[in-house]
Amino acid sequence: MATATVPPSSATFSKSFYASLHEIPGGEKVRTCLQCGTCNGVCPFGYLMDYPPGKMIAALRAQRFERVTEAETVWMCVSCYACSQVCPVRIPLTAGLMTRAKEELLLAGNIPSELQIALENTQRYGNPLGESPRKRADWAKGVKPRVPIMSEERRPVEVLWFVGDYGSYHPRVQPVSRALANVFNALRIDFGILGAEEVSDGDSQRLAGERGLFEMLAAKNGRAFSQYEFKEIVTGDPHAYNAFKNEYPRLGIAYPVRHYTEFLAERLDALKPLLKHEVNARVTYHDPCYLGRANGVFEAPRQLLSAIPGIELVEMPHNRTTSLCCGGGGGGMWIDGFQWEKAHTRLSEWRVREAMKVGADILAVACPYEAPRFEDATKTVPGAARLIVRDIAELLAEAMGD
Amino acid sequence: MHIVVPVKLVPDLVEELVIDASGCALDPDTLRLQLNEFDGHAIEQAILLKERGGGQVTVIAPDLEGVDDVLYTAAAKGADRLIKLCDHFGQAVNNHAMARAVAEVIKPLQPDLVLTGVQSHSDLDGSIGPLLAGYLAMPYVGYIAGVTLSDGRATVRKEYPGGLVAELEVTLPAVLGIQAADQPPRYVAFSRIRQAMKSATIEEQTVAALDTSGGPAVARMYKPEVAARATMLDGKPDEVADQLVALFRELGVL
Repeated sequence: MATATVPPSSATFSKSFYASLHEIPGGEKVRTCLQCGTCNGVCPFGYLMDYPPGKMIAALRAQRFERVTEAETVWMCVSCYACSQVCPVRIPLTAGLMTRAKEELLLAGNIPSELQIALENTQRYGNPLGESPRKRADWAKGVKPRVPIMSEERRPVEVLWFVGDYGSYHPRVQPVSRALANVFNALRIDFGILGAEEVSDGDSQRLAGERGLFEMLAAKNGRAFSQYEFKEIVTGDPHAYNAFKNEYPRLGIAYPVRHYTEFLAERLDALKPLLKHEVNARVTYHDPCYLGRANGVFEAPRQLLSAIPGIELVEMPHNRTTSLCCGGGGGGMWIDGFQWEKAHTRLSEWRVREAMKVGADILAVACPYEAPRFEDATKTVPGAARLIVRDIAELLAEAMGD
Repeated sequence: MHIVVPVKLVPDLVEELVIDASGCALDPDTLRLQLNEFDGHAIEQAILLKERGGGQVTVIAPDLEGVDDVLYTAAAKGADRLIKLCDHFGQAVNNHAMARAVAEVIKPLQPDLVLTGVQSHSDLDGSIGPLLAGYLAMPYVGYIAGVTLSDGRATVRKEYPGGLVAELEVTLPAVLGIQAADQPPRYVAFSRIRQAMKSATIEEQTVAALDTSGGPAVARMYKPEVAARATMLDGKPDEVADQLVALFRELGVL
């Protein structure tokens, strides 16, 4: 880890940081913080952070903000929106305070080396996994009918499918993309993907403090979008969904976007007759932070699961707005070692234990970070090896007899 | 203290390597280049030395695909002067040619210290540091992980195989082959690189025709060929283990 540069004088730094919060939508509400501490308590890693959100605001008011940027535990923030959700005065703690704090840490060179690798990969290859940009559509090989790539099709489509980094490259998530392609094909959806022209949506990099990188990626995706005709963007990645819905428009890149669960839930009448094969299992659904808490999509995924014959849907104690984070948000996906060093536990293990407690056979997910994270956790939580982790798209494809 | 860091751009192994029609070189059209990893450490070491004791850092790179990004990133990290070597840096530049050309550019800069990456994966004719030291008539020490400067001398930690480390003193000016900087190369925020693109200047220097003598001539370049000797064992893990044990017994390993 690089050494932090000497922070500017305490009071000036605190003041300029405080002022910068006001530039964020709703940021002025920071003034109304009651110091109730609810945010600190609900934060999944709040117990080990030197400065959970409430305490960070106190440090800011005491003009001691430089201490915050010296504390590397700020990186334990997984941008899960739990604090923003419970704040009684609705201060934008995740999108504002915590993200701005990470930006300052990053500029000061105080970043975990694992995160540095993911960000450098994103700068160079357009994806945090460090994979070849030329191979972005390789996951689609063998899918029939073949997955149309916009640059080859040169025709308008109904749906531009933004596959995302993990859907394109991660060996556990590529099968999810293939399953979703099969579902789209079965429903005769007129869709296309960007292939090598797609780059990371950049949202997790932004929440990890890399605003400049996010803007560069948004500009690249924006250029690609502008070349083609489509009615809407559909994505399987709640992080991309959040970026396109809430962040890209502020950069002048505005397109209608939906998560694939919303898109498919609207087509339930067409979908149901195709779900011929029973999936006899007790299934529980994990609300992804960026689909649920951050964007309010709770019912569409449940409607899809309930439409699959044989499935018994049960809820975990933490569901919908109180859902537990898988630990992958806000850059958490790239700092597993750092998180382990600080916490000696994984948030994904907590979730898997909860799924076990409600007697689930299958933990259903709807975010590309989750299948790999929860599947890993089933290997480390005692007795959890029998828990199956499946994306909803995989369960739909299975019920279609795929 | 003037520190000069000549760097190499090498094939990025994330992309498939394709051999060109001649069968003796990589196809330049499919090649993507990146900063040699050890040169990244040399840049970091130079900037650390500048931060500790003051001075100026000059980074020199050949005009190849991606060179501007490499130079601006170095500027964002703290390099003061950026020099791009133009012309003749297309295909098949070996380290002998590169060292001769770079030496001519370095001489008038009169550096106190020249840092290079100790090696690169595209070195076919030895590493560039000792060649450069020869043409500059300076002493050379390679495999360095740690540099401190004082009174015209450098104290360097040289790594040997087997976990041995020697501390050596070198009179400056000298060329050092950097194995690892005192700290891993720092992260520089993308916004800082963008700032550098606006504020930093890349000087272009044309070099004379390259002299590639002394390097090897490539007769044939090819990907590793699969040998027919391997035996694949099929079956359940227990069965495979039994077969392995039987094989080891047969070969006299057990």
